[in-house]
Amino acid sequence: MSVRTVKRSHLPSQTRLMGGIILGLLLLLICLVASIALGVAEISPGEVYGALTAADGSTEHLIIRTVRAPRAITALLVGAAVAVAGAIMQGLTRNPLADPGILGINAGAALAVVIAIFWFNAASLSVYAGFALLGAAISAVTVYGLGSLGRGGLTPLNLTIAGAALTALVSSLTTAILIVSQRTLEEIRFWLAGSIAGRDMDLVLQVLPFLALGLILGLLMGKQLTTLSLGTTIAQGLGQKTAWVKGIGAISVVLLAGGSVAIAGPIGFIGLIVPHIVRFWAGADYRWILPYSALAGAILLLLADIGARLIIQPQELPVGIVMPLLGAPFFIYLIRSQIKR
Amino acid sequence: MVFPQSSRSTSNHTEPSQWLVFRNQQLSLRLDRRVPKVLLGLATVTLVAMIWSVGQGEYPIPPLDVIRTILGLPTDNPDYVFIVNTLRLPRTLVAWGVGMALAIAGSLTQGIARNPLAAPSIIGVNAGAALAAVTLIVVFPVAPIAIVPLAAFGGAFTVTALIYLLAWHEGSSPVRLILVGVGFSLIAGALTNLMVTFGNIYDVSQALVWLAGSVYGRSWSQLIAFTPWLIGFGLLSLFLSRELNALQLGDDVARSLGSRLEWQRGWLLVSSVALAGAAVATAGSIGFVGLMAPHIARQLVGPSHEGLLPVAALTGGMVVVIADLIGRLLFAPIELPCGIITAVIGAPYFLYLLIRTRQT
Repeated sequence: MSVRTVKRSHLPSQTRLMGGIILGLLLLLICLVASIALGVAEISPGEVYGALTAADGSTEHLIIRTVRAPRAITALLVGAAVAVAGAIMQGLTRNPLADPGILGINAGAALAVVIAIFWFNAASLSVYAGFALLGAAISAVTVYGLGSLGRGGLTPLNLTIAGAALTALVSSLTTAILIVSQRTLEEIRFWLAGSIAGRDMDLVLQVLPFLALGLILGLLMGKQLTTLSLGTTIAQGLGQKTAWVKGIGAISVVLLAGGSVAIAGPIGFIGLIVPHIVRFWAGADYRWILPYSALAGAILLLLADIGARLIIQPQELPVGIVMPLLGAPFFIYLIRSQIKR
Repeated sequence: MVFPQSSRSTSNHTEPSQWLVFRNQQLSLRLDRRVPKVLLGLATVTLVAMIWSVGQGEYPIPPLDVIRTILGLPTDNPDYVFIVNTLRLPRTLVAWGVGMALAIAGSLTQGIARNPLAAPSIIGVNAGAALAAVTLIVVFPVAPIAIVPLAAFGGAFTVTALIYLLAWHEGSSPVRLILVGVGFSLIAGALTNLMVTFGNIYDVSQALVWLAGSVYGRSWSQLIAFTPWLIGFGLLSLFLSRELNALQLGDDVARSLGSRLEWQRGWLLVSSVALAGAAVATAGSIGFVGLMAPHIARQLVGPSHEGLLPVAALTGGMVVVIADLIGRLLFAPIELPCGIITAVIGAPYFLYLLIRTRQT
């Protein structure tokens, strides 16, 4: 059950790896500017620069500073966070099907928000964010607790099974509430699809500490994750304290995925797919997979969000729906062309 | 004979009392010793739950009268015949059959993919069926409800066929199959989500009940349409179960043991899709059963598929029958879809099994 999906007869060279990072950063910058410039009100890239460096209080600058820029930053943060969380999960569990959803994080956050609306009539994105974080944390801790009670302790298999069971349980409770209460369904269905529309700077700042800490922890773990992805026994043989790596990895995943779901709702595609796409370029070394995932996740979410705004103007689609529609065909193409065995 | 003599004699040597072996000139069958007892236990529990379930409802009927009515014996109340035989019995039988089909399909997929997370949903069955059914319910609300099963079945087969075709490259590989399946499921899931997000709220509510999985109002005609699929492909799966054991060892080992790999994997996949597709078409996507029943069965009788498949089937059937009963009892007269109950009762039980194995 390893993540060995790529033929690795040759390792990618350092030049190729560094070049890819620089290329990725450039792409990211272009996507950021495009994301701020494109929309119902067309704004030139020059004006984007002006608004961010010296705002003159015009309508365009106001739109950029209060709506477009926070939204672009949200997309960047969430995309990077979910992708890194997914890569860490796949490394920790050594299962190519693992994503943060396996820990029950998305399901737990969704249930918490649905409960908040159903019982407490919660109505603002910021309250949703609080409940989502709480729900995500509770389910992740529960999954870890249950997984470690199984035979052999916290093995990837136990973790995966406990997570799948808890996710099934929690999401069916969510469905039950949505079937019983049409008001809740009406209120929450856009959020449940995953969207970054209308997110303001306050909301971003509310969740930023979680995401930042998670990203730092995650990106520092590259070397340990590469060792661990060889298998627990081998990693221990190489002198790794695997329990520590697993623990810190889990904390980082919870911070990243929990923070993302709090801002943007459950966005499932990136965490599962981006690490696979990245491996085609960056190989199996998590020191490269993690930063590449962060870049690719951010770019992908920015692009999908531009699509979400432009496809049926002036209406908006949730980005959680647009992303798989744009990204999955590309993913299938990659699988077909790259995995030959 | 798939297993070479040596491997069997080793396992006999280490644990001589573990197996029941039946053998004559044509047939050789080796079962875990626990299988008959476990099967009997599961069947008994299911039967009791069914009789209880048929007796439950707005118009309660005592268990003894339920049995008499089903057997065609006279009872005090002539209405019982209609209530039991026309309204309630087909429903609980559909629940049983659907549970069995989902469980067998789940065991097959986990075996083919060699991945404990694999359920038929991995190869797109649920996503395809859900997309077709939800489209019909939300986009064409005037369409008669009777064609939803047909649409769902068509959707399941189309998506699965696409996945298998696109995953094919000089042979099939589990990894590619899983990943292409993931890609397709995500696309179909996004389209379904699109309709849930923008559809008329009343239709969406209906669609959610279907998505959760329910046997509400199922009649003999649906049971009759479903049964041939269960019997046909259920038997085919049993027949192929020994090949599945060989597949567990990896493609190369299976080949060297004499498995005709692509041929068998193709048939196993067809069986799994047919069973899951028929089940989903009949009762919506009842989650959890296909994923968990095989694990529960493995805990009960071990990993050898000859015994595992029937035990998983009866486990799945039992779980759905009991779930339907509880869904009707819990908030009566409001009914919860049995797909929600399967997860709510099944998941904790499953977690209990996970924890308990540590002590034994």
